[in-house]
Amino acid sequence: MDRRDAAWYIDKVAQWVVFVGGISAIVFIVGIFVFITKEGLDFVLGPLNLGEFFTSIAWRPTSNNPTYGALALIVGTASVTGFAMLLSVPLSLGAALFIAEFATGKTREVLKVLVEMLAAIPSVVWGFVGMSIMHPLIMRIFDVPLGLGVLNAGLILGLMAAPIMTTIAEDALKAVPDTYREAAEALGATRWEVIFKVVIPASRNGLLAAVLLGVGRGFGETMAVLMASGHAINIPTSPFDSVRALTATIASELGDTVRGGDHWGSLFTLGILLFVVTFVINLTADIVVRGIRKK
Amino acid sequence: MFTATALNRRSYRRQSVAKAVFCLMTVALVIPVLLILGTLVVKGAPAISWEFLFTAPTNNMTAGGIFPALVGTIWLVVVALLASVPIGVAAALYLSEYAPDNLLTRAINLAIVNLAGVPSIVHALFGFGAFVLFFRFNASILAASLTLAVMTLPVVIVATRESLQAVPHAFREACWNMGATRWQTIRKVVLPNSISGILTGVILEVSRTSGETAPIMFTGAAMFVPFLPQSVFDQTMALSYHLYNVSTQLTDVPEELTYGVALVLIAIVLLMNAVSIGFRIYLRGLKKW
Repeated sequence: MDRRDAAWYIDKVAQWVVFVGGISAIVFIVGIFVFITKEGLDFVLGPLNLGEFFTSIAWRPTSNNPTYGALALIVGTASVTGFAMLLSVPLSLGAALFIAEFATGKTREVLKVLVEMLAAIPSVVWGFVGMSIMHPLIMRIFDVPLGLGVLNAGLILGLMAAPIMTTIAEDALKAVPDTYREAAEALGATRWEVIFKVVIPASRNGLLAAVLLGVGRGFGETMAVLMASGHAINIPTSPFDSVRALTATIASELGDTVRGGDHWGSLFTLGILLFVVTFVINLTADIVVRGIRKK
Repeated sequence: MFTATALNRRSYRRQSVAKAVFCLMTVALVIPVLLILGTLVVKGAPAISWEFLFTAPTNNMTAGGIFPALVGTIWLVVVALLASVPIGVAAALYLSEYAPDNLLTRAINLAIVNLAGVPSIVHALFGFGAFVLFFRFNASILAASLTLAVMTLPVVIVATRESLQAVPHAFREACWNMGATRWQTIRKVVLPNSISGILTGVILEVSRTSGETAPIMFTGAAMFVPFLPQSVFDQTMALSYHLYNVSTQLTDVPEELTYGVALVLIAIVLLMNAVSIGFRIYLRGLKKW
């Protein structure tokens, strides 16, 4: 007897619909790669000179004799991200330790909510803060002619990346089983010893993943860096120098390009570079996190 | 016998120093941001009025209000939600209710993490290449919203998956034992018990979507449109892009006005965020299991 009724068929259909939804994330991530590669391919196969791209600082896509040296842009992104991490890695790991291990009850709840809200502030608002609050402040404090540059963008980016790193690091600390802590305490360890000799070593991979994701976030940040970095193609020699980031270059130049032209292709090539680097960072973070689960 | 030795005392001292240092670090993280928010409120508040919210910009955007940008942002968010919520909920249902622990599931999870991690400007390039050019939506609300939808999909998926997984497994088993199919179980037991959690995720997505700028810059947001959008194929102004324009692209915009735009934007984003968090805390209090 065939027992397949309407409910059975609905169940099958639902299963397929849900499956399609499930693989949509893969479809989109592949789609992103395919579409930016499609637009950038002509440039990559044609005018792109990899040696020039990675070693020259001359990014002159609109000159009569265009050159596409992205070194200054790469250094710009790296210097801003590096500066931001210098500030935000210690602060956010410290904050995560405080929230996860020391704070209790209401304090803990309030801090967690606060950190979550900070992570929600849009990047264009951060960029605006960089331009209109930090910019005059830096000029006044350090007595320099321009307050937009590595320092400004780095500070802004540090404040932006910190809440995200704090949240992920705190999750990693919370993932350490309480039995570990209890065992150490039973042996007479103080809170300090429990944290530094048990909790941190046990959550090392999760903390590393938090830092990696923070780096990825800083690396890919667009609006805030565009507005706060001064946007001059330049290899910085001091924290007050203006720089230009990879992301900011795309954002500021794409509107002025001709579709299918070399300049257009070069911006999509920068996009491919950004995509590949963030993909590698995320993949590494994923592998690092999986490392702990296996053990 | 139980008096503290010198060693004990030293380690206790060290512990309180550590606590103080970490507390200070947390404060150092939070205080500057609160100061910044305070400055935005103080400098932006004088600009806010009914007129500011409900009239269009005038005099080359150096005066007047933000109404078209406000309406545009609402359009963008609503259309983005219409696209991403069904897909995101389906994806979360698959991951929570169906997915076996295999390579495909791991690939999906990795794709979700990457979708959230890809720089917003790369999403913009994708949206331009795919929606504006390939699907020929041109620069329009539709193209911009779809770009935003792809970008914020992970927010919906992660929040929904969490609330689905919070439904105890015994609920499902009880339903299956009555002879219900998998879908009937999801429809009648799993979804009703997790709908408010899903809603929390959706509100969070509204917060994220309304603040994004880079993805809409080339896909549908315009610097100035004198009329309100009539359909999803129109270009539109948007609050986030408007803030970028008044603070970088235009000169002679009074400071008060730019602060006003920034304040309205951040108020919308943080308000939605606070609603989402408050709702989540309220739900946690209600939980019966």
